[in-house]
Amino acid sequence: MKADNLLNSNFVRWMAADEGPKTDIVVSSRIRLARNLELMPFSHLLDQEDGKKCLQKIESAWKKISNKDLLEMELLTFDQLTALERQMLVEKHLISPNHAESDDSFRGVLANSDGSLVIMINEEDHLRIQCFLPGLQLEECYRCTQIIDDELEENLNFAFDERRGYLTSCPTNVGTGMRASVMLHLPAIVFSGQTNHIFHNIAQLGMTVRGIYGEGTEVVGNFFQLSNQITLGQSEEDIINNLNGITIRVVEQERLIRERLAEEMKYQLEDRVGRAYGILSSARVLNSNEAMALLSDVRLGVDMGILAKIKPYALNELVVAIRPAHLQKKAGKEMDAFHRDVKRAEVIQERLAQTRGQ
Amino acid sequence: MYCEECKQRPATVHFTQVYNGKTVETHLCQQCYAQKGGIIFDVAKQLSLPNLLGSFFVSNYNLPDMKSLSQTANCPNCGIKLSDISTTGRLGCSECYTAFESELEPTLRRVHGDSRHVGKVPVRGGEKVMVKKKIEGLKYLLQKAIAAEDYEKAAEIRDEIKDVEKKLD
Repeated sequence: MKADNLLNSNFVRWMAADEGPKTDIVVSSRIRLARNLELMPFSHLLDQEDGKKCLQKIESAWKKISNKDLLEMELLTFDQLTALERQMLVEKHLISPNHAESDDSFRGVLANSDGSLVIMINEEDHLRIQCFLPGLQLEECYRCTQIIDDELEENLNFAFDERRGYLTSCPTNVGTGMRASVMLHLPAIVFSGQTNHIFHNIAQLGMTVRGIYGEGTEVVGNFFQLSNQITLGQSEEDIINNLNGITIRVVEQERLIRERLAEEMKYQLEDRVGRAYGILSSARVLNSNEAMALLSDVRLGVDMGILAKIKPYALNELVVAIRPAHLQKKAGKEMDAFHRDVKRAEVIQERLAQTRGQ
Repeated sequence: MYCEECKQRPATVHFTQVYNGKTVETHLCQQCYAQKGGIIFDVAKQLSLPNLLGSFFVSNYNLPDMKSLSQTANCPNCGIKLSDISTTGRLGCSECYTAFESELEPTLRRVHGDSRHVGKVPVRGGEKVMVKKKIEGLKYLLQKAIAAEDYEKAAEIRDEIKDVEKKLD
């Protein structure tokens, strides 16, 4: 199975920090389009029978596609995956935590092997077409999702109303059905204590800021997810332009504070980065929050040229590899919190040693 | 650190909750967490997005002139009632958007600040929609021209609307 790669390797496409623009601050970009089949009950009301019908329609529309990139995707239904494996997809940010809770045979994902294209099937909407790329590449993500959308639409009747646009299960997504988001690493803004102020202003512009695992999650490791809130009354291009514009301003601000830190607090900064690196490369027990905070410091050091030898993509990989499901998959067994902390320290040491040698 | 409730077992469950900008930290052991957990999760659930959205429907639902209509209305396709939508915050199917159109209108405005789609239109079967959109846009310009007493321009727009309308037949 090609999509097995998503479960056996830590790496997915959005982690390729050497590939996209502004990857020192913008970790990744994502576009998600919500689409539903006409007349069919929305996902939360699907019983086995309708659910199967829905999946069959989607599967056969996908098989009729002519684009070879899309044909290379693979369908994984959730009865084929263990709870741990589904959780790994959440930890890689490819599916929502809600989606992973189900083991229904009519729910699942249609994904390619590098995880840049992932369609959630029968999540909150019948289809959620997603593209993930490294750095600030919203337009490119949008282009990719458009290809899939257009190809699938040739053989599926999407629920669409000329006034309301694409009809979705939740009225917060109706219209374009599009959610554009960027994952940002903002240690300097956090350090400056201006986070609340900046995010308050962003919220005034119809955008939301969340932790890295989406709705209702805590901010860890100075990672923030910025996305559009409004889907109706704005075109896809407007939504992307707005988010792009705001992201660029936030990136500028983050860079500015980083430069000032380098000038005015050179020793303190290098000390903090060095200590973080020291702990990560020799600690034996690391809990998740501590590890994320230290990885954030190391990442800042790498992006500012203080730690030159570490590859940024290795740090992206680590952010995911140290999550509970990934640790347990690697260990090949279930582990309690303490044993995961031990394994986490081991995984980090191993990866840092590797990246030094590369 | 010991559990704030029983003060005997070590606290292993830590929450930070932020309400109205006020941060409250809670440290509990597994057992006390299990006992209190229901209460804590209820709060989060009460304020979850679907629930908050549902409240938008309820407030329309309480308007006297809406009441009779809303209570009896079912979506003809999926059979869901407005009261179901107000508890889950989710619609039942694509046809609910038509069945509960008047109740949805204010909700959409509250959520999005707008209730009209201006984005992508599906390729297949989308052509008619495009033409209709164009006509609507022209009608808007026509109103504007009339308001500005630019009758020459208004006449031009009126002719253009007639031309475009022919495509619909």
